[in-house]
Amino acid sequence: MNDSSGSGKQIHLAAHFPGVNNTTVWAGPPAGPTTTPGRCASRNPSLGSQIDFSSFEHLARTAERGLFDFFFLAEGLRLREHNGRIHDLDVVGRPESLTVLTALAAVTERIGLAATVNATFNEPYELARRLASLDHLSGGRAAWNVVTSSDAFTGENFRRGGYLDRADRYTRAAEFVATARELWDSGTPDGTPGPFVHSGEHFGIEGWFGVAPAPQGHPVVIQAGDSDEGREFAASAADVIFTRHGTLEAGRVFYTDVKRRLAAYGRDPDDLKIMPGVSFVLGDTAAEAQERAAEIRRQQVSPQTALLTLEQIWGVDLSGYDPEGPLPDIDPDPDSQRVQGRVRHADPLAVAAKWRALSEEKGLSIRQTVIEATGRQSFIGTPEAVAAEMAAFVRSDAADGFILVPHLTPGGLDDFVDRVVPLLQERGVFRTGYTGRTLRDHLGLRHPGGRSARSARGSAPDLDGRRTGIGRTDGT
Amino acid sequence: MAPSTGTLHLAAAIDGTGQYTAPYYVELARLAERGTLDFVTLDDSFGPPGEGQGRPDALSVLARVAPATERVGLVPTVTTTHTEPFHVSSAVATLDWVSRGRAGWTVGVSTTEAEARLVGRRPAAPAGELWAEAEEVADVVARLWDSWEDDAEIRDTATGRFIDRDKLHYVDFEGRHFRVRGPSIVPRPPQGHPVVAVDATDPVTWDTAARHATVAFVRATTPDAAGRIRDELRGRAASFGRERGALTVLAAVTVDLADGEYAAGLATGDAPLTATAAGPPLYRGGPVDLADLIAGWHTAGAVDGFHITPAAPPGDLERFVNGTVALLQHRGLFRTFYPGATLRDHLGLPRPANRYALARETAQ
Repeated sequence: MNDSSGSGKQIHLAAHFPGVNNTTVWAGPPAGPTTTPGRCASRNPSLGSQIDFSSFEHLARTAERGLFDFFFLAEGLRLREHNGRIHDLDVVGRPESLTVLTALAAVTERIGLAATVNATFNEPYELARRLASLDHLSGGRAAWNVVTSSDAFTGENFRRGGYLDRADRYTRAAEFVATARELWDSGTPDGTPGPFVHSGEHFGIEGWFGVAPAPQGHPVVIQAGDSDEGREFAASAADVIFTRHGTLEAGRVFYTDVKRRLAAYGRDPDDLKIMPGVSFVLGDTAAEAQERAAEIRRQQVSPQTALLTLEQIWGVDLSGYDPEGPLPDIDPDPDSQRVQGRVRHADPLAVAAKWRALSEEKGLSIRQTVIEATGRQSFIGTPEAVAAEMAAFVRSDAADGFILVPHLTPGGLDDFVDRVVPLLQERGVFRTGYTGRTLRDHLGLRHPGGRSARSARGSAPDLDGRRTGIGRTDGT
Repeated sequence: MAPSTGTLHLAAAIDGTGQYTAPYYVELARLAERGTLDFVTLDDSFGPPGEGQGRPDALSVLARVAPATERVGLVPTVTTTHTEPFHVSSAVATLDWVSRGRAGWTVGVSTTEAEARLVGRRPAAPAGELWAEAEEVADVVARLWDSWEDDAEIRDTATGRFIDRDKLHYVDFEGRHFRVRGPSIVPRPPQGHPVVAVDATDPVTWDTAARHATVAFVRATTPDAAGRIRDELRGRAASFGRERGALTVLAAVTVDLADGEYAAGLATGDAPLTATAAGPPLYRGGPVDLADLIAGWHTAGAVDGFHITPAAPPGDLERFVNGTVALLQHRGLFRTFYPGATLRDHLGLPRPANRYALARETAQ
């Protein structure tokens, strides 16, 4: 069956390793062999380890079997805290992204390998070198999801330490990306490392870049974030934007806005792929899928998690409240410092008012309200329905593809690859084989070329800090 | 010197300037593994090794090698001067996770102004100062490895707790050069502590080696000289409260086996090793004479083993494994299989106790 309505536009797919947060369903000890003394023996075969390499290998190979564009890792630089204590209710503990991805290059052949790496607590030379190394060692499959860090809390683990205010954080990150590209471009045409000089507001560095030009020229740059500055930065400098616009209509508005911005930088609409992060739940019938989705949400939002989520908005101790009872009638404390390492809601009073309205309208308890309010875009249904809905999103320009966030480690993608991917292929909206070698090939992105190629393409993107913005780290 | 009764340890460098593809390194590591060598090393520096010369990040290369090998230890050089100690700790711990307990790191420093200009944050500093800082990095890295107790992950369904936060620890490290709060983001690695190596060629590194290293590389052209350095290092280790045997001392030698062509002429006599201006002494000769040299130094108790750098890989590494190692195995001086799975197993080192768990047990 070929989709006759469309333009031939193809879906791009990526896999997010379900890591450190409450989207992961972990209840009970993990399955399989472990190498750590003291780790519990197997009881539930669907629950793997979040740290053993075999988990990463399974999910990455499954994604590659499904012909996905890339495999994506988030990062954490400080363990989350709640009320001055380490948060203990969610999955916690993860490996360092670039090292795991480079190891995954050994057990995969085509899939792109995307690392979230912070631009606040790294230096351009070192990070550009590690990314170029990943690109070489994977044969051109490296990607970098640029994030920044929001607070001095994370800074306590670093030499740089301290605090960069919002504007400085963003200008530093924008200059960071531009500098990395200068380093990647500094090689000579015969494939050896070359000299560079960079003099800017945040970095004044010079010397020889230690790595020869990488297979992709520039590893793919991904940007997450939704502010006006974020959209502008993505339009000027990113290859992929990682969004969370859930509904078809919101997706279309976002898509149109971001693609419109590209022309100002001499770029084509196809030079930037828009990929929302989404979850999915499959069932043999629509009712079964809905039932399963509700059960997953209950597992993700335990009574304890529901109360803590509420405290993150209210900023006050709510431990005396019944999670199955009504929302508190007291107002949030907008200046509270109770929550650390997690992005604070910009306007807790407004969020609380919204949640209260939701709770009253539908007669929801605290836990039910949290479940309802924190749900993200999710494709729920039979494989046929999910395939049709995804195709509709992409064909109607609400997205170029999706970053799928499964809720189980490491088998959470198995069903999707076995049951949905073939249907997408039948519809003619997804590839039936990799046609290229590099991640740029999969995404249909141009090779950036070296210095001369870039100047021939026109002026470099405007990376002036006042116009740019970059997504935040997920802060765990 | 008392005759050595210790196990012979062998390791090899798999360096290659200008080599960027994974198969080059995988082939060399597999060769070393075929020879049941304890570990391979990969050198690195923050900057390129010279103008127009380059190499990929060593830790990344060995992460790429890890799934393509099964037993051989993987020891990249990681510099400490311009890096974040928190990142160093996470990366080496992760190398241990992806290799299932085969990771180590050689502690490095960046001494040159050229390297400092790559970061632009501070000028070059004297070696003594950099090694004092490297010691702080090694210290905080080990604390971060301990900041998760082994059984911190509990997955307790009844209380909804994934971890027991009482088994996670702030390291609260405050040294002269930096502060780190902790805990690590990475759970305690399979080996507890990945192996720490120090190139103890320059006496400025000796205190760092004596305090923090599990393996030290030394340069000497005679067994007497090697033995004296080993005694010095072990004496210092003892003065820092460590057991003398906690430090494995390997003699570094560049090996040019060149088809054994000049085996008869140059490799015999009292001084088969030639001192070189930079880098380890050069052995040039045949694989059989090299086996004799290794056996002689080890039996004399001068060193615990050898770290060889093949002059022309992979040819010299092949001749070393197929010739020298095979002969040492045949004579019963070197193992023929890996009895354990981790690098610590190969080196005969126990898995270290967790300092925070120990402190709690002591307090109880």
